[in-house]
Amino acid sequence: MDAAGNDRAAVTVPAGLFQNDALAQNTQGTYLSAMAQRTLQQKLAILSDAAKYDASCASSGTDRRDSRSGGIGSAGGTGICHAYTPDGRCISLLKILMTNFCIYDCAYCINRVSSNVERARFSPEEVVRLTLEFYRRNMIEGLFLSSGIIRSPDQTMGDMVRIARMLRVDHGFKGYIHLKTIPDAAPDLVAEAGLYADRLSVNIELPQDASLRHLAPEKRPETIRAAMADVRLNREAAKERSHTGKRPPRFAPAGQSTQMIVGADAATDRDILKTSANLYSGYRLKRVYYSAFSPIPDSSSALPLIKPPLMREHRLYQADWLMRFYGFEADEIGAAHPSGNLDLAIDPKLAWALANRAQFPVDVTRATREMLLRVPGFGTKTVDRILAARRSGAVRYGDLLRMGAIMSKAQPFVTLPDWRPGGLTDSDSLRARFAPAPEQLSLF
Amino acid sequence: MIRITLPRFGRFDAWRDAARDLARSRVLPESVAWADADTPADLFGSQAAPPPGDYPVTATKDFLQLARQVASHSDAERWSLLYGALMRAQTDRAFLSNPADPMLDRLTRMAKSVRRDIHKMHAFVRFHELPSDGPRRRFGAWFEPEHPVLEAATPFFAKRFADMDWAIATPEGVGTFTGGDITYDPPGPRPDLPDDASHELWQTYFANIFNPARIKTDAMRSEMPRKYWKNLPETRLIPEMLADAPRRVQAMRDAGATEAPAFAPRVTARIRQQPDDTVPDSLEQAAAQAARCTRCELCHAATQTVFGQGDPGSGLMIVGEVPGDQEDLAGKPFVGPAGQLLRRTMSEVGLDPGRAWLTNAVKHFRFTPRGKRRIHQTPDRSHVDQCRWWLDLERKFVAPRLTVAMGATAALALTGNRAALTPRRGGVEPARDGGPVLITWHPSLILRLPDDRAPAALAELRGDLARAAEMVA
Repeated sequence: MDAAGNDRAAVTVPAGLFQNDALAQNTQGTYLSAMAQRTLQQKLAILSDAAKYDASCASSGTDRRDSRSGGIGSAGGTGICHAYTPDGRCISLLKILMTNFCIYDCAYCINRVSSNVERARFSPEEVVRLTLEFYRRNMIEGLFLSSGIIRSPDQTMGDMVRIARMLRVDHGFKGYIHLKTIPDAAPDLVAEAGLYADRLSVNIELPQDASLRHLAPEKRPETIRAAMADVRLNREAAKERSHTGKRPPRFAPAGQSTQMIVGADAATDRDILKTSANLYSGYRLKRVYYSAFSPIPDSSSALPLIKPPLMREHRLYQADWLMRFYGFEADEIGAAHPSGNLDLAIDPKLAWALANRAQFPVDVTRATREMLLRVPGFGTKTVDRILAARRSGAVRYGDLLRMGAIMSKAQPFVTLPDWRPGGLTDSDSLRARFAPAPEQLSLF
Repeated sequence: MIRITLPRFGRFDAWRDAARDLARSRVLPESVAWADADTPADLFGSQAAPPPGDYPVTATKDFLQLARQVASHSDAERWSLLYGALMRAQTDRAFLSNPADPMLDRLTRMAKSVRRDIHKMHAFVRFHELPSDGPRRRFGAWFEPEHPVLEAATPFFAKRFADMDWAIATPEGVGTFTGGDITYDPPGPRPDLPDDASHELWQTYFANIFNPARIKTDAMRSEMPRKYWKNLPETRLIPEMLADAPRRVQAMRDAGATEAPAFAPRVTARIRQQPDDTVPDSLEQAAAQAARCTRCELCHAATQTVFGQGDPGSGLMIVGEVPGDQEDLAGKPFVGPAGQLLRRTMSEVGLDPGRAWLTNAVKHFRFTPRGKRRIHQTPDRSHVDQCRWWLDLERKFVAPRLTVAMGATAALALTGNRAALTPRRGGVEPARDGGPVLITWHPSLILRLPDDRAPAALAELRGDLARAAEMVA
């Protein structure tokens, strides 16, 4: 960061922008081919392509800090999504792998040792330079660094911690850092990672232990959970003052998250939500990310080449929200449909309400907050507004519309001074009102 | 008509001063015409404002915060709307806290639109590096927000990019940050920004982080509306990325599964742990096997196996029920509240907690998740039966002269007798394998008992542990 701009990205190769998926076919057996010849742009193409199956890009909820007292960057409060790709995912962080070389053989992962994908490896300096130069141009909020396992978990984690240390200590970087923790890494490496990173995450990968043991034979579910427990204990220890009243340094202030692949094994949505409930209660996770299993180039024969179940993923996120902000239990949501899977045609709150009509209609002028939160079409903000508006007088249909309620959904489930659902609440055709019209299946 | 002309920058503070003075004379909202630097002079009447009167004028903090945001809206009516709201609030304060009020609703929506625009400006400004001959690097950007938010949005950049100089040009004006200070200037022509090598790398990143197998363009457009696209270096790639996506997905499908490189099995063979089915011949081997135990279903929800710990040569074994929340997280027995009570009580009667083998009848935590907490559940008989495999191995290698069974579950696991604990407490029973088992309370019972009954139970636990100390001495 001197006058000559020594930390600026110097390399530009106006080569093809796309990482060529077909290229993978031509590199048989060249696992350790000379990667030093690759340009920074080529490495970036390979190592961002390799990182795209990680769903998280959150940069919110960390300590408030900025560069007025030195260094570069700021963080805290809501995160910022700097761009969106056509897959509908936001780009908030520079999400890359340090390397996609890996000694593990996880069937669902493009970077597994048995894949013929092109390999590359960034030097720590390259990762730091890319992060800072993108950051200075206001393209990112920070770095999300993950990695294949090279040589050993400790070696890999040590290199990742070194990158975070260079950013924080050498360059005074105040932006956001998310590090993917390697489950088997030594506890002192994780402890150091938590000092530099805003968020740590360990992927649970699959909703059931048996699937993980089967599809990722080098990983162990108990080690993954123990790593999450370790992060929780570290965070709790960092909040306690010592006997002298001194606070220890903050540990991963934006908490931890995890990711689960949906659709690669036979787990039902109910199983998935139960696993999530266990994870939220056990490790104080900020988020569980659900990632619809997406076909990967050069795939393993252990997995089907299916279209990613995007609607299922969406419904799981909705159900997850119901558990965290609306007071629902995993079993209540999962029990709405006998198959144990969520109704793909309607949202899970509506599905629950349809299956529990005895609890409706709800009198909006009197109902408790807990019950209002269960009304389809009412979000948490709408409920807060209803509670505030009730103090100034009766809330009517038009008021609810203005306060953001989706009345087309709420109608059958509420009574208001100027609205009664009558027989609508219990009518047989209620589900059909909400579900999209059935589609004629294609014959070909 | 009274005409109030607001300056190009610092508009909100100017509005606030003028509105306060007008309200002091109770000038009606419909008799004020608000103008800005670009409004033609002759469009409205130009009557001068009266001197401020003596009426008191008040505004809540929340209203001022709302007004400050509305002030950055592009709607030319915003000033008179705000003045109308200020006047109304002098007699009717309540409407400002009623989300159902139409006037508040309109202002809230305007403020929301401004906040979103500011947020989008924070997201979508892209700096280009400019040549610099000083010690600080220089950057410039062109941005077209929907509302005149330049002044509201730039302090964010000043905090974030304090160590570089930059300028953001917009149709509303130019914000320049030099050496730590922001200045605002009237708009000029759109600047010609030089090419920046990092923008090309950014495009590479954008193209490759995209997953062609999942197309959700609606989600993209709702968060990154087209109106912002023209100034983003990456968006020009989108049509090509979308057009190419089906071919890439098809290519993946056609390629199908491929053959693994020959070295792959050698790499994994080196690190893959083989299942160990042998009967362990040491406590360490038993612990290593137990860590991977799947004999019952508890292992799926619990974090890890909590095997016994302590001194295997002390002749004393203390058995509890099942690990709790803290034990499950730490992977060590008796570290939670009940464990601390046990360790304290042991020390009081002269038993060093480190000089006994501490373990549980069941080695995985059993719980029900309830929001952010895990509620302990007593293990079933089937769990006790499955887990006795490990307890028996521990007994084999520790070979205790005395075992203390704390609580009914431990008593059941050790003696096979599931009778009620109260009459058995304090007695010594034979274990299944013959050794003596002293029956006592589980310390967690003492923590759960009401205050009037807990001291007696604690005294009994203390007495039993003292007796155990004598028996192994």
